[in-house]
Amino acid sequence: MGVALSRAVQWDSSGADNLENTPLNKAMLSEILLFTEEFGARHPQEAKLVFREPLQWKTSLEASDFKTEYDISGESVMSQESDKDGHPLLHLTPPDITVYTFHHLSNLLQLTEDQKMKEVQACLAANKDPLKKILGSSSATVLLKEGEEDELSGGKELEMKLLNILKELDTKLLNIAVRQITREGRLSPAAVDGEVDQLKSLCGTGESRVLKSVRYTSDYVFSNGCRSPPWRQMDGEICSLIIETCDTEPTLFITCSTTGVFLHEGLIGDVGENSYKRKSDVYRDLVTLLKNKSPHFAKTISEQAIQEVPSEKFQHMETVDEQETGQTSRSYDRREKNAPEKARQQHVQDKPGGRMKKFEPSLKWKNLGLTSSYDKVEEKKAGISGESKNILAHGTKSPASDSKKRANFSETSLQGCWSSQKMKTSGGADDFIESSSEGEEDEEQPDRRAETTTDLPTEYWQIQKLVKYLKGANQTATVIVLCSLRDFNLVQETCQLAIRDVGGLEVLINLLDTDEIRCKIGSLKILKEVCCNSQIRRAIVDLGGLQTMVSILDSSDKELKCLAAETIANVAKFRRARRMVRQHGGIKRLVELLDCVPDGVSVSAEQDRDMEVARCGALALWSCSKSTRNKEAIRQAGGIPLLARLLRSPQRNMLIPAVGTLQECASEKSYRIAIQTEGMIKDLVKNLSSDNQELQMHCASAIFKCAEDKQTRDLVRQYNGLKPLVMLLNEAENKQLLAATTGAIWKCSISMENVAKFQEYKALETLVGLLKDQPEEVLVNVVGALGECAQIPENLATIRKCGGIQPLVNLLIGTNQALLVNVTRAVGACATHPENMMIIDGLDGVRLLWSLLKNPNPEVQASAAWAICPCIENAKDAGEMVRSFVGGLELIVKLLKSPNKDVLASVCAAIAKIAKDVENLAVITDHGVVPMLASLTNTVDDKLRRYLAEAIARCCTWGSNCVSFGDAGVVAPLVRYLRSKDPLVHQATARALFELSKDPRNCITMHEHGVVKPLVDMIGSTDEVLQEAAASCVANIRHLALVYDKARYG
Amino acid sequence: MSAMNRKLIQNLAETMCKQVKHFNTVEMECLIRLFNALLGEQTERKAGHGLDRLNFRHILHNTFDMTDDMMMDRVFRAFDKDNDSYISVKEWVEGLSLFLRGTLDEKIKYCFDVYDLNGDGYISREEMFHMLKDSLIRQPTEEDPDEGVKDLVDIALKKMDYDHDGKVSYADFKSTVRDENLLLEAFGNCLPHLKRIQSFEQQAFQEPQELH
Repeated sequence: MGVALSRAVQWDSSGADNLENTPLNKAMLSEILLFTEEFGARHPQEAKLVFREPLQWKTSLEASDFKTEYDISGESVMSQESDKDGHPLLHLTPPDITVYTFHHLSNLLQLTEDQKMKEVQACLAANKDPLKKILGSSSATVLLKEGEEDELSGGKELEMKLLNILKELDTKLLNIAVRQITREGRLSPAAVDGEVDQLKSLCGTGESRVLKSVRYTSDYVFSNGCRSPPWRQMDGEICSLIIETCDTEPTLFITCSTTGVFLHEGLIGDVGENSYKRKSDVYRDLVTLLKNKSPHFAKTISEQAIQEVPSEKFQHMETVDEQETGQTSRSYDRREKNAPEKARQQHVQDKPGGRMKKFEPSLKWKNLGLTSSYDKVEEKKAGISGESKNILAHGTKSPASDSKKRANFSETSLQGCWSSQKMKTSGGADDFIESSSEGEEDEEQPDRRAETTTDLPTEYWQIQKLVKYLKGANQTATVIVLCSLRDFNLVQETCQLAIRDVGGLEVLINLLDTDEIRCKIGSLKILKEVCCNSQIRRAIVDLGGLQTMVSILDSSDKELKCLAAETIANVAKFRRARRMVRQHGGIKRLVELLDCVPDGVSVSAEQDRDMEVARCGALALWSCSKSTRNKEAIRQAGGIPLLARLLRSPQRNMLIPAVGTLQECASEKSYRIAIQTEGMIKDLVKNLSSDNQELQMHCASAIFKCAEDKQTRDLVRQYNGLKPLVMLLNEAENKQLLAATTGAIWKCSISMENVAKFQEYKALETLVGLLKDQPEEVLVNVVGALGECAQIPENLATIRKCGGIQPLVNLLIGTNQALLVNVTRAVGACATHPENMMIIDGLDGVRLLWSLLKNPNPEVQASAAWAICPCIENAKDAGEMVRSFVGGLELIVKLLKSPNKDVLASVCAAIAKIAKDVENLAVITDHGVVPMLASLTNTVDDKLRRYLAEAIARCCTWGSNCVSFGDAGVVAPLVRYLRSKDPLVHQATARALFELSKDPRNCITMHEHGVVKPLVDMIGSTDEVLQEAAASCVANIRHLALVYDKARYG
Repeated sequence: MSAMNRKLIQNLAETMCKQVKHFNTVEMECLIRLFNALLGEQTERKAGHGLDRLNFRHILHNTFDMTDDMMMDRVFRAFDKDNDSYISVKEWVEGLSLFLRGTLDEKIKYCFDVYDLNGDGYISREEMFHMLKDSLIRQPTEEDPDEGVKDLVDIALKKMDYDHDGKVSYADFKSTVRDENLLLEAFGNCLPHLKRIQSFEQQAFQEPQELH
C-alpha cells in the first residue's frame, strides 16, 4: 500500500495534499475502500491490532451517525475500548477523527453510507503514509529481526500478518495503476516536447550534426501543451514542426498528433487547410519518421546513440528482456508480470511529487522500445520490434488516454481483439486461394478506435444492463429490450463495441436460432446496424452468426428474409465471411431471393414486398460478388438472368445493387459474354442517363469491363451509349464516376467507328482537359482513350491544338506502370505527326521515353520502345538526337536479351529505325547487335519475325555485317519465314533476303534452302515493295549463277 | 334436418358477411360450422349461450399455441364483447376475423384492449408490471427480485409514453406500434403466429369443402 500510495496515486499538482480526481485514482480508491470495508469480517484478529500511530483526518461524519458500541457525549464520540495508554480506539470531535484499528475503520465506513469514497480520500490525503503509522516507521526491518525478538511474538505475529495483507493490497493497487498506464500508448504534448528538445540538441553546424534545424511553426503554447490551433486540435493534432535535415530536399513539414507523426504538404503559397493534408505514412515518433526520411539522420543517430548515457541504457535493456520472456503470454498477463518491474522503474525514474502524470507517456514509450534512437542495439534482436508494435496497436486501440473511459471494459475488449486476431490468422492460409478484384477490402487489422468524447460509461452500463435482461427474458420482454437497444445510436462505435464487450452479440445471434419471429427481427435489426463496424463483422462471423442468417433466408416471413439478406450484405465485406456465405449455401438462397417481377408499376403490396426482398438479395450478392468463386457460384445458381430482369426495374434502389453486382462480376469472361447476349448492354446504356451518380458509375464501370469485346463496343454505339458517356465527362468532381466513365470511353474507343462518334461529340477536347490534376486511376483511362483516338491521324492535330502533348509528355515521369504503358502508347501515336514530334522533341520527350526502357516492367519497356520508333522516324536530326543519349544505344541493344516477345519485337522495330543512321548503326554493331539478332531468328512469332527481319535488313548495310549474319546462320531461318501466312512478314523477309543476297555465300545458302520458288511467287504479289525486294533478291542469286557459269565455262 | 340446418347456416353466413369484414360466405359458413362443432363438445346447458371460457381457452391453447394464462383470459374478454362470459357465434366470427385477417390498425386496437386490464383507456405502470412480472428470470441473489421487471416497465414506458403522462394511452400505443411493429404484442402474446394462422385456415376452410 505504501508504494502504491506514494508512487502510483496521482496527487494534485497544485497542493500536494489532494488527490486528483482521475479514473486511476478512482479505481484505486474503490479498491482500498472495498478492502477496508471487508477487513473486519475477513481478518477479525488483525482488525483488532492497535496502530502505532492513529490515523487522523477531517471527517464529514457527525456524532449522530454513530450507534451502539460507541459513547456519544454531545458532539464528540469515543469508542468503548481503548489502547494500553488509555486513548480510545476511535475518537471524534467533529470534524477531526482519530482511529486506531482496522476494526473501527471498517465500522466507520459502514456508517458513512454514500460518503464512503470521500471519507477514504480524506483519510488518505491526511495520512500520506498510512503503513508507517499503522506498523511503525521501521516496519520492514522490524519484521526481519522477528526471530530475535521472541518476547513480543504474539503481537509481532499479528503485525506481520497485517503487513502481508497490506502488501497484497499494495500489489493489487499497483496492478490497477500499471494497467491504466499501459494503455497510454499515444503521443502526448509532453512526449513530443521532450523529443523535440532532444532533436534540438542534435542540431548544429559542424560536420557531425544530425539535423540542420528543428522549430515549431507556432511559439504559442496552449494550456493543454498543444501548439496547433484549437480547430486542428480537434483532430488530435498537437503541433506542427519544420525540420531541416542535412540530406532530404529542403524541409520536412511535420505534424505531430496523438496518433503519431506524419509529413504534411507544408505552408508554401496560399495557406489553406489543404496544406495540412497528410502526405506520408504515420510514424510512431519523430525519430522513426526522420530515420525513414533522412538516411543521413538514421546513420548519424545510430552512431551517436552508442555514446548515450549508459545508465538509461541499462534500464532499457532490462525492460526489453522482460518483454521478451513474456512474449508468448497474452499482453495483459504480461502486464501483471511486469507490474513489480514497472513499479520499480517508477521508483528510479520518478521524482516525488506531482510530475508523475506528465512522465507516464514517455516512460511507457520507452518501455515499448519505441525510442529507437536509444535502444538501437536491443531493437536489432529479432522479433522484439514486431512484438512492441503489437503492443502499440493495443495501446492505441484501448481507450487509452481518454480519461473518461471505463476501467474494466478495455480488458475484455483487448481479449476480444486478441481472439479475433487469432481466428484471422488461422483462416489465413485458406483465404489465400480466393484471389479476386477485391481492391478496397477491410482486411486491415481493427486497430483503431474512433475518438469519442461522449460520456461512455453511462451508455456502456445501460447496454450491459439491457443485455443482462436479454439473457433472462421471455419473448415478450426480449422484444421490449431489443427495441430499447435499438434506441441507442448503433452507428456509433462506442455502442457497437459495448454490445460486443458485454456479450451482446452472442445473445443476439442466439436469438436468431429461436422460433420466435419477432425476436429474430428485433435481433437482426440491431445486428444490421452494428455490423457496419469491421470488428463487429468479424466477431459475428466468429460466433457463427452468418450460418444462421443464411438459414433464415429460407424463412417464409419476408421482412425477416430482407433483414437477413441486408445483414449478410453488411457482414460479407471480408473474404472469410464471403467464403462462409458460399460454403453454407447462401449464394443459391440469395439468388432465389432475386426472383420477382420488377417490370412496370407495382401492383400489390405483396409484390412490393417481393421487390424489397429482391433488393436486399441483390445487396447481399453485391457484397458477396467481390470473391471470384462467389461470382461463379452466382452464375451457377442462375443469377445472371435474374439480375438481367432486375436491371429492367424502374426503381433506382433496386438498380444500384443489381448493376453493382453485375459490374463486380464483369471481371469474369462468362459474365461479359452473358451481359452481351442477355441484352443487358441496352439497360446499362439507358441507366447511364440516370440522375443518380452511383448508378451511372456502376453502369459505366460495367461497360468499361465489358467493352474489351468488339461486339459489346458496337452495341454501346448502337444503343447511343457514347453520347451519355461523353456527357458524364463533365462530372469531374466525382472521381469514381470519372474513372469509370473514362474507362468506358477508353475501351469503347478501341473501335474506330466509336472514335468517329467521339470526334463528333468533341470528346477529345474534354479528355485533354482531364490530363491535369486527376487521380491516377482517371489518368490511366484518359490517356488510354487518347492513345486509341490518336490512331486516327486527324485526331493528332486535335490533341496538339488543345495542348494535349505537353501534359502527356509530363506524365512520362510517373511511376504507375499501367499509366506509363498507356502514356507511352499515346505519346508514340502522337509522334507519328511531324508537328507533334517537334513539340515532343522540345520537351525532351524522347529522352524520357528512352529512360523508360530501364523500367523493370516488360510491358512498359515494350510500349516505350514502340513509341520510340515513330519518334526517330519523324524527328529532325534523329541520328544526332539518339547519339546524344549517353549509353542509350547500349541499353536498347541489351534489351534484345529480354525473354518477353513483345519487348523483343518492339526493340527490333526500334533498332530498324536507329540503323537508318549509319553512325548509329556502327555503334550498335560494336555493341554486338548482329549475333544478338541472329540468336532470335528461330522464333515462330510472326510479329517478332517481321520486325526482326526488318532490323536484319537495315543492319546488313554496315561493313561486314552482311557476311556476319550469314556466318551466324540467319539465312536458313529467314527463308522459312517466307512460308508464314502474314504478308507483312513476307515483305520484311524479302527485304532482308535481298540485303543478305549481296554476299555470294548467302546466295548459295538461300538457294540450297529453296528460296527461289517462293520468291518467284512473291514477285507476282500486289505489294510493290515485296515485288521489288523479291525480284532484286532473285536477280542477285541469278547474277551469282551467271558469274559462276562464266568463270567455269569461260 | 341436416338440409334445413345447412339452409340455416347459409342464411346466417350471408347476414354475418354483411357485418363482419375479411371473410366471404363460404369461409363464413365454415367458421359457423366449426363453431357448432365446438359447441357440440360442450354440455347441453351451456351450449345455448355459446363457448364458455374453459372451452375457449382450450382452443386458444391447442389451436393458436397460446400459453400464458392471464393473456388467454384477456383474449377471452376481448372476444366476449357483451361480457356475458360466453362467446356467441357472432363474437367468434368477429374475433377470428381479427385473428386471421386483421389489419394493423385493428390489431393495435385489439392489443390495446387486451393490455388495458381495467379498461380505463390507459395502460398504467401497474398494469405493465402485472403483465411483465413473469417475463424475466429472477436472480435469487438480487436484493429486490422485482427490480428487473420494474426496470423493464420503465424501459417500456420510456419507449411508449409519447405524451409523458406516466401511462400509455391508445394514441401513444398506436404511434409506438406504427413506429415499430414489433411492439404490437409488447406485453404478452395475444395474437396467433403466422404458421398457426395458416394451419388453422387450411383446416377450417378446406377440409369441410372436401367433404362435400
